[in-house]
Amino acid sequence: MIFKKATALYFTLIKISFSRRISSLYLQLDSFYMKFIPFILSFLFTAALIVVLNKRWGTVPDMGNFLSPQHGFWQNAEPVNKNYNEAIRIVGLKGKAEVYFDDRLVPHVFAENDEDLYFVQGYLHAKFRLWQMEFQTMAASGRISEILGYDPRFINYDRETRRLGMIYGAEHALKALEADPVTKTGCDAYTAGVNAYIETLSEATMPLEYKLLGYTPEKWSNFKTCLFLKQMSRQLAGEGYAHDLPVTNERSIFSFSELDKLYPQVQDSLIPIVPKGTLFEAPGIVPVRPSSADTLYFGKTDTAKVANYAELNPHNGSNNWAVSGAKTASGHPILCNDPHLELSFPSIWYEMQLHSPTVNAYGVTFPGTPNVIIGFNDNVSFGFTNAERDVMDFYSVKFKDDSKKEYWFNGQWKPAKLRIEEIKVKGGEPVYDTVAYTDEFGPVMYDHSFSDELSKGKAIACRWIAHDESNDGLLWFKLDRAKNYDDYYAAIQSFSCPGQNMLFAAKNGDIALWEQAKFPARWYGQGLMLMPGEDSSYAWQGYIPQKENPHVINPLSGYIVSANQRPVDSTYPYFIPGSYNTIRSISINKRLENMEHISPADMKKLQTDNYSYFAAYAKPLLLKYVRENELNNAAKKYLNTFRDWNQQANAEETGQTVFQTWWDSLATTVWRDEFEKLKTKPEWPDDMTLLEALLKDSAYKYIDNINTSKKETLSDIVTLALQKAAPQLMKEEAEGRLVWTKHKNSSIFHLLKTIKPFGRIGLPVGGWSNIINAITISHGPSWRMVVHLDSTTEAYGVYPGGQDGNPGSAYYDNFVDTWAKGDYYTLWMMNKSDEGDGRVKGKMSLQGR
Amino acid sequence: MRFFVATILTIAFSFFAGLIMPWWSIALVAFVVALVIRQSPLKSLLSGFFALFILWGLLAWWIDLKNQGILSKKIAMVLPLGGNAILLIVITAIIGAIVAGLAALTASCFHLTRK
Repeated sequence: MIFKKATALYFTLIKISFSRRISSLYLQLDSFYMKFIPFILSFLFTAALIVVLNKRWGTVPDMGNFLSPQHGFWQNAEPVNKNYNEAIRIVGLKGKAEVYFDDRLVPHVFAENDEDLYFVQGYLHAKFRLWQMEFQTMAASGRISEILGYDPRFINYDRETRRLGMIYGAEHALKALEADPVTKTGCDAYTAGVNAYIETLSEATMPLEYKLLGYTPEKWSNFKTCLFLKQMSRQLAGEGYAHDLPVTNERSIFSFSELDKLYPQVQDSLIPIVPKGTLFEAPGIVPVRPSSADTLYFGKTDTAKVANYAELNPHNGSNNWAVSGAKTASGHPILCNDPHLELSFPSIWYEMQLHSPTVNAYGVTFPGTPNVIIGFNDNVSFGFTNAERDVMDFYSVKFKDDSKKEYWFNGQWKPAKLRIEEIKVKGGEPVYDTVAYTDEFGPVMYDHSFSDELSKGKAIACRWIAHDESNDGLLWFKLDRAKNYDDYYAAIQSFSCPGQNMLFAAKNGDIALWEQAKFPARWYGQGLMLMPGEDSSYAWQGYIPQKENPHVINPLSGYIVSANQRPVDSTYPYFIPGSYNTIRSISINKRLENMEHISPADMKKLQTDNYSYFAAYAKPLLLKYVRENELNNAAKKYLNTFRDWNQQANAEETGQTVFQTWWDSLATTVWRDEFEKLKTKPEWPDDMTLLEALLKDSAYKYIDNINTSKKETLSDIVTLALQKAAPQLMKEEAEGRLVWTKHKNSSIFHLLKTIKPFGRIGLPVGGWSNIINAITISHGPSWRMVVHLDSTTEAYGVYPGGQDGNPGSAYYDNFVDTWAKGDYYTLWMMNKSDEGDGRVKGKMSLQGR
Repeated sequence: MRFFVATILTIAFSFFAGLIMPWWSIALVAFVVALVIRQSPLKSLLSGFFALFILWGLLAWWIDLKNQGILSKKIAMVLPLGGNAILLIVITAIIGAIVAGLAALTASCFHLTRK
């Protein structure tokens, strides 16, 4: 508006000057030109400069605006001593609410009613994390191209996301959310709070990323909250956890029984969540294997390579454990949780206290959804790890023709529902994609138009629990208010995806864990590979009854541990494939079984423990079979480093680097010759599977290199692996990267990975994915929490980030160093009467208008 | 004296315009000031240039000081200026200065047309 007025004014000025001159124009033509040329030239030059500086050039922002200290990025450079006192009158708030910011910028919200509480939570999430919450939901709904512009990778990501049925799933979730008055009212208030903040934004106060990328925020909605939760389902129970297509390819080189051994359902060393020996009830549902399975499924060799664009990390895992009063010094339980996720700026977590007449909860929240997600209230504490269960299956579908209008099912052509996806592209024409939906198996994710040479245009539908109607968010409305086990048990019922190990501890001494979600009941082998989708015989026949989900309540051992291991031993009456991790839970169990009189300090130490049990188990094997006399000097030197090493994967250790490089070299030696026959990127068997196999059988059949006439022995390959690792280690040593922290170079990037300066590169941290302190390269403990449910709750926590998502704030990354050192902050459950406490650094008063 | 007044007025009005108008309001201000306060083209250009060099430079410097350089260092790596915050402030000042200087020059050239 202002722009238009000003432009009009500018031109009016010029017009006036021209009209005055017009009468004498003919008389003074020559001098007219002489006089006007400088003016016209300088005018055009100025205007052109402004136009150039006001326009985005590819990824380069509109520099005039971007550099302007009153509009651009300088406005996001917040004073380090910024004053957080504020009184706001706001439309949409029913009563009054106070927010006390403590010295770490954690808001303690006190509201007169629940709607105001969620309104303020939405307002604060937007105030500190708006760009991130919107960006994540854009990613969840396949709208990256709309913000980042044309790039085949972005288009493919968007297509893949939509073809997975993320929007379809979120639409179902919205239906369930809006049908329940608790979630409807709470989310409506939350959404109103987010939008109330968006309303206040001006060009100057817009979050930095919007300025860099050149767009502005949309209104928030309950639908976006659903999208956020779908994104969690994708990251924790999505394509990364369904190995159907890679395994289908591997079936072309291995028999099903070989695959069953390469990817065993139960590893020998497993210590399940539910203690071994627990008796399981007879199953409520016994799925029947189709009679054609041997020929059409297990016996079939096929290829089904598809391209994955989302690059999902199947190692999204976590640790949580609870110890009962019998094991603690105080006689009260302690609950610990560290969810391992992709580490990013801004962090996925935002710390808060939420207080209203019905709730007083403290912990970390997800910007994008209401409630405290991991934390505690005055009576109980709760934490989560990923169940790692496979809840996504793929079916081969037969279309009548390329129009995808009809598919063959149970002996006849059935109409498919066609959904036309419009993918908007910044600065370009939209891309349209037609996705067919089957009634039985969900969206046809891959077909002739989204495919590659190996899948031969095969139509593959994706059946996923996250497509089903379910009110997952209700869990936290109830959990934040739980007073005891019964409340907790009632709270978890509505949750269906992603499968989570929901750990619970209460002040009355109870500890419990339920692995909760809606899990398909499968016959043995069902869903490990691509299944025939031309009739109903391979469809899911039902779901495991909720009460039969794995659970532990007050075990005799006095502790419960979940760390992404298989939840139960082989006596559990259902077939439950998953991407489990065995070693981390063994490590925690080994430590806890020998601990007594446990204090919160012991638990912090355990959460940040860098001892590698995996290395401890592998070391005797490697040392026994390596033939030292055949090694060159460099390899000998590294062998000695390894021998002298204490299995601590601390930041400054070199032994861990030697071990990991040697082990990776060994795994490559074992697997590469078999798997290289695949034309696709293979998923090698798990490290623990290999270690168990080698410990059990020194003549393990895959030791032999099938490309040589010689029959290799375990000694041969262990020695060869170290020989091959040595040059790489020498190179790293020469570059000063032999110490573990330099070798792995743990870093936290901004969500826009290309903007490196917004991240923290090369953090001095130890640990690894098979170690309790599971920090890998840019992945690891995204929140560490220890809650001692003593008469007065004592709680500690830290996450690698900061409360303010703005890269220009002093609170952007101020927790990172504390986290890297393995230190914690004391979590302060504030009472309203503590207003004068020295920790309160600002008060925001909100009032309805 | 004219030069000084023109410079000061450009600084002051640019600042206030910037609070409510887009960044290119500095060009409008510099143009109008140079239109009202007649000077030779060179002097107009310089007073517009110096005005915005001072205004944007000082604002950026002051913001950066209070921010203790947290953001300028990052942006100076993104742009890329090798993380040199001072250079970033100088570039900020120069961009504003050139735009305002040229706008003032345009106004001054306009006076030439009326001789």
